[in-house]
Amino acid sequence: MDLNTLINIVYILSAITFILGFKLMSSPESAKRGNLISGTGMAAAIIVTLMDQHVERYDYIIIGVAVGAAVGLWLAYKTPMTGMPQMVGLLNGFGGLASLFVAWGEFHAHPEGQGISGGLILWLTAIIGSVTFSGSLIAWAKLEEKFISGKPITYNGQQIVTGAILLGVLATGVLFAMDTVAPDAYRYFAVFVVLALALGIALVIPIGGADMPVVICLLNSYSGMAACASGFIIQNNLLIVAGALVGASGIILTLIMCKAMNRSVANVFLGGFGAAPTGASAEVFGEIKEVKASDAYLILEAANRVVIVPGYGLAVSQAQHAVRELTEALEKNGADVSFAIHPVAGRMPGHMNVLLAEANISYDAMVEMDAINPQMDSVNVCMIIGANDVVNPAAQEDKNSPLWGMPIIQASRAQTVIVMKRGKGKGFAGVENPLFFKNNCRMLYGDAKSSLQALVAEFKGG
Amino acid sequence: METTVLTFLLFILVLAIFLGVEIISKVPSLLHTPLMSGSNAISGITVLGAIVAAGLAKGVGNNDFAALLGGIAIALAMINVVGGYFVTDRMLEMFKKKEKK
Repeated sequence: MDLNTLINIVYILSAITFILGFKLMSSPESAKRGNLISGTGMAAAIIVTLMDQHVERYDYIIIGVAVGAAVGLWLAYKTPMTGMPQMVGLLNGFGGLASLFVAWGEFHAHPEGQGISGGLILWLTAIIGSVTFSGSLIAWAKLEEKFISGKPITYNGQQIVTGAILLGVLATGVLFAMDTVAPDAYRYFAVFVVLALALGIALVIPIGGADMPVVICLLNSYSGMAACASGFIIQNNLLIVAGALVGASGIILTLIMCKAMNRSVANVFLGGFGAAPTGASAEVFGEIKEVKASDAYLILEAANRVVIVPGYGLAVSQAQHAVRELTEALEKNGADVSFAIHPVAGRMPGHMNVLLAEANISYDAMVEMDAINPQMDSVNVCMIIGANDVVNPAAQEDKNSPLWGMPIIQASRAQTVIVMKRGKGKGFAGVENPLFFKNNCRMLYGDAKSSLQALVAEFKGG
Repeated sequence: METTVLTFLLFILVLAIFLGVEIISKVPSLLHTPLMSGSNAISGITVLGAIVAAGLAKGVGNNDFAALLGGIAIALAMINVVGGYFVTDRMLEMFKKKEKK
C-alpha cells in the first residue's frame, strides 16, 4: 500500500470520528467521550498529513504547531466559563483567518494562474475567511465591551454602504477569476480581501449585544464554510466533510436562536432591533412592589416548588455559585428546585447551562422552556435572576410590543414571582416589562450575587 | 480544476451537509455551548491545508513566502484545534448528574 492510500484511509477514519463525536453529543453522558474520539481523529489526520511526500520542509510547520498549540492551551484553561462567548467568537475568527492564509499561500505559490474554477474557489475561500475574521473580531469586542460598546452602531445609508462593499467584492472576484495570473491578479486579490474584511465589520457593527448569540452562531457556521472552501483548493475530502459539519451546526443554531426570538435572520442583520416603529406599546398599569431579602426569604421558605430563571445578569455578577448555595438551602428545606432556561438566555446558546454546570448544579435540574411552561401553574415561586425580555409577558399580550410573538418562559403564571434585578432599567430590547407590575410579582433590587448571598444567610440563620 | 474532480467534491459536500443537519439537530440545547466550541476545534481542520502550504520545497519559485503564509495559517488553525478540543473537554467535565436526595 502506498503512502497516499494510507493517508486517505486515515482521512476516512478521521471523518468517521468527527461524525461520531457530534453524534455522541446527543447526551451529556457520552459527549465527553465523543469529544475525545473526535480529537483523536484530528490528531491522526494531522500526523499523516505531516508524512505526505509533498511536505518537504518542517521549519514553519514546527513553529506554527508549537505557537498555535501553546496559545490554544492557554485560552482553553484561562478562559472563565462566563467568557465562553468571547472565546468561541475569537476562535471563529482564527478559523476564518487560517482559511484566508491558506488561500493566499496557494495563490502565491502558483503565479502561473489557476483557471476560472480554481480562481473562484480561491476567491470564495479568501472572502469567507476574511468576513469571518473581521466580523468575529467585532463580535468579540462587542461582547467584551472593552473597545467598542455593545450597543448597535448605525449611521445613515448603512445598508447602501454595505451593499456597495458587497458589490465590490463580487466584481473583483469575477475579474480575479477571469485572470488569476500574477502579478496582475494580485491587485484584485488584495482589493477583494480588503473589501471582504470591511464587509465583515459593516455586517456586525450595527448589531447589538443582545443579538450576539445569533451572530456568533452564524460566524461559527462561516468558519466551517471557510474550511470547506479551502478543502476545494487542496482537493481534500476531509476538509470538505469537517467544514460542512461545522457549517451545518452553525446554521442550525442560528435558526434555533432566531426562532426563540421570533425573528428572521434577515431581520437580525438588517433590521436593528426596534428600529421599525411598531406603534405605541400598551400602557402598563399597576405598581411595582419591592421586597427586602428577609421578606423574600419568608416566601421561599414556604415554597415546595421553586423554578429559577437565569439570564445574562447572572453571568455578569458571577452569581452561579451563590445560586448553587441557595439551591442547596432550598432543597434542604424540602423544596424541589429546577432551572428554566430560555434558548436565548445569556450571550450564546447553552451559555446558562454551562455556568450552572460549573457551579455543580445537576443537569437534570435544567429544564427547557417548552418543558417548564405547562407546569408553571403548579410552581410556588418563580425566581428570575438577571433575565428580563425572556420572561416579558408583553410578548404574548401586547401586539404592539417589539417583543410580540417571541416565545417566553411564562413566569407570571407561578403563584409568586421574585425578580432579582440590578436596577430599574429595561431589558436589552429597551422594552418595559409588565411582569414587574403584576400583583404576584416582587422585586428584589441589587446585585444578584449579594442578593442571593443574603437569602442564603437568612436560610442559615432561620 | 477538472470538472469531474469538482463535481465529485461537490457531491461529498452535499452529502456531508445533509448528514450534519441530521446529527446536529439531535444535540440537546443543554450542550449547545460545547457543541460550538467543538465545532471550533473541527473547523481547525484547515490545518491540513496549511501544512501542505507550509511544507512547500525551499527555494523553488514563489514557495518560500507561500510557506511562511502556510506557517501562519498552521498557528491560527492549531489555536482552534487545541483550544477547541481542550475547552470542550473542560466544559463537558462539568456536566454531571447528581443523586437526588
